[in-house]
Amino acid sequence: MLNSFQEGVLIICCVNMIAVLGMSVLTGFTRLFSFGNAGFMSIGAYAAAICSVEYHMPFVVSILIGAAAAGAVSYVLGSLTIRLRGDYFLISCLGFGECVRVLFNYTKNITGGANGYSNIPYKTTGIVAVICTVLAFIIAWNFIHSRYGQALSAIRENELAAAANGINVVRYKKMSFVFSAIYAGWAGGLYAHYLRFITPTLFNLGKSSELVITTVLGGLGSLTGSVLGTIIVQILPEIFRSMSEYRMLFYGIAVVLMILLRPDGLYGYREFSLKRLIARITNPGKSKTAKEQK
Amino acid sequence: MKILIQQIITGISIGSVYALIASGYALVYSLLDFSNWAHGEVCMLGAYVCFMATTVNNMPYWLSCVLGIGGAAVISFLNEKIAYRKIRNNGSPNMFLMIAAMGLSTTYQNLANVIWGSKFKQLPKIFSVGTINFDGIYIGTTDMLCLGLSAVALVILLLIINKSKFGLHVRAVACSSRTAGLLGVKIDRVIAVVFMLAGALAGLAGIMYGMKYNIYPTMGNVGLKAFIASVIGGLGSVPGAIAGAVLLGLIETVVSGYISSGLRDLISFCLLILILLVRPSGLFGVDVQEKA
Repeated sequence: MLNSFQEGVLIICCVNMIAVLGMSVLTGFTRLFSFGNAGFMSIGAYAAAICSVEYHMPFVVSILIGAAAAGAVSYVLGSLTIRLRGDYFLISCLGFGECVRVLFNYTKNITGGANGYSNIPYKTTGIVAVICTVLAFIIAWNFIHSRYGQALSAIRENELAAAANGINVVRYKKMSFVFSAIYAGWAGGLYAHYLRFITPTLFNLGKSSELVITTVLGGLGSLTGSVLGTIIVQILPEIFRSMSEYRMLFYGIAVVLMILLRPDGLYGYREFSLKRLIARITNPGKSKTAKEQK
Repeated sequence: MKILIQQIITGISIGSVYALIASGYALVYSLLDFSNWAHGEVCMLGAYVCFMATTVNNMPYWLSCVLGIGGAAVISFLNEKIAYRKIRNNGSPNMFLMIAAMGLSTTYQNLANVIWGSKFKQLPKIFSVGTINFDGIYIGTTDMLCLGLSAVALVILLLIINKSKFGLHVRAVACSSRTAGLLGVKIDRVIAVVFMLAGALAGLAGIMYGMKYNIYPTMGNVGLKAFIASVIGGLGSVPGAIAGAVLLGLIETVVSGYISSGLRDLISFCLLILILLVRPSGLFGVDVQEKA
């Protein structure tokens, strides 16, 4: 059905989508920026890879352990740093991500250092990746629409008012942080079992900013926006392969233009809805008035 | 002992380069409450402008340096004029300024990659590479030059901020831009001039960094170090940023000298997290609730 190149693009797209969905829950719904999610991805990737290679664990168990390891680390980090405000939180995450990278470079006898960790079995096929992504989306969707998600939205809108209404702000923020880290770890584990060879530099600061940029492009506070954003960011460059040199340049310009002209991202707060799309096509005037009322 | 003194002086020298960039972060943060992520790239572009100028025939070296500094100031000004001002006028949250800065940073980094290629380039040194011997303590001439020039630039900056009428305006806008505007301070003009000032400092830092090491498209990542320094010092405080930068420079050199250069970044990042845990607003920061 798909040739191996297309399957590869599909898998990379799915893996990134899982990480971006986690990021979207964190950034889109609590406005906390994390530039350390590549660090969680690498924790997930290495934990899963080590479980598979050294302990011959089944694929599913390895992935679960990878995700759990990322979640556990993020719980500890979150307990320490989640109270920091805005930019201070951001820089502590960034510092954490870089720490993980340097540490994995340094621990040569466990992770293979800068030479990378190889011989990971190839387990992430296209089907597995797609199933994982659908599962991740359903879980994230239900999380956002549960009372936890409502609490997160309340925190985003006004932290003080949310706290006054009895929402434990620190607890919910930490929850979303751990959620995003588990997703990142999950994505990392899948990534390792697709590439079969991982190095710490795969998960550098550039990867973290790519995740943030994708989330912003898709729209902060919209899961479907994140899905669309990932598809655009991952698949467009494959189509314009010959212009790969300009790829990141266009991303940068796109982000600036997006913020200037359409600050809510592709979807903004709203989720994609088939009903609204049909309504807009059949009766363009009506959907506009609905927007104005909002 | 002599080696330790040597290390300390080298550390202060690299710290002073960080300080030039970090004070730019602090200035912009104090006025607009956002971290200008594109600042490191302004520094990189300044170095490239200087490099381009040196390739022109018969251009005296000091003039190309001045052009580099001026170029960085203009780029920083354009960032504010084209992107940040419009976002501010949109009434968007401060976070959007940061995202735009992130986008600009990616844009410039890759633009430089497209225009100049990813190869390392070397700025000519003013003095021949050498060391000065102070009673057995050897110090590189470039280090001394960096230290001297940065110190002069930072003293001038502090004098402008604390003594001049313009500095008074800057402090007033930092305190409350609304009130300052009502009292007749031209806020947009103050912000524009501050961006130029910050850009010029970044350009100087870029040129010195280029002289000390190399110039390359991702050298703007030095801005990350400077950002860490300004966080350690407390966001929005210029003296704090300078202190944080010197501290960071010292720690980096001492760690790479005595422990391992591979662990240098690890230790400085751990230190950053530790400082934030003890003092959540940095060493000199004022604890203000973030504006909603």
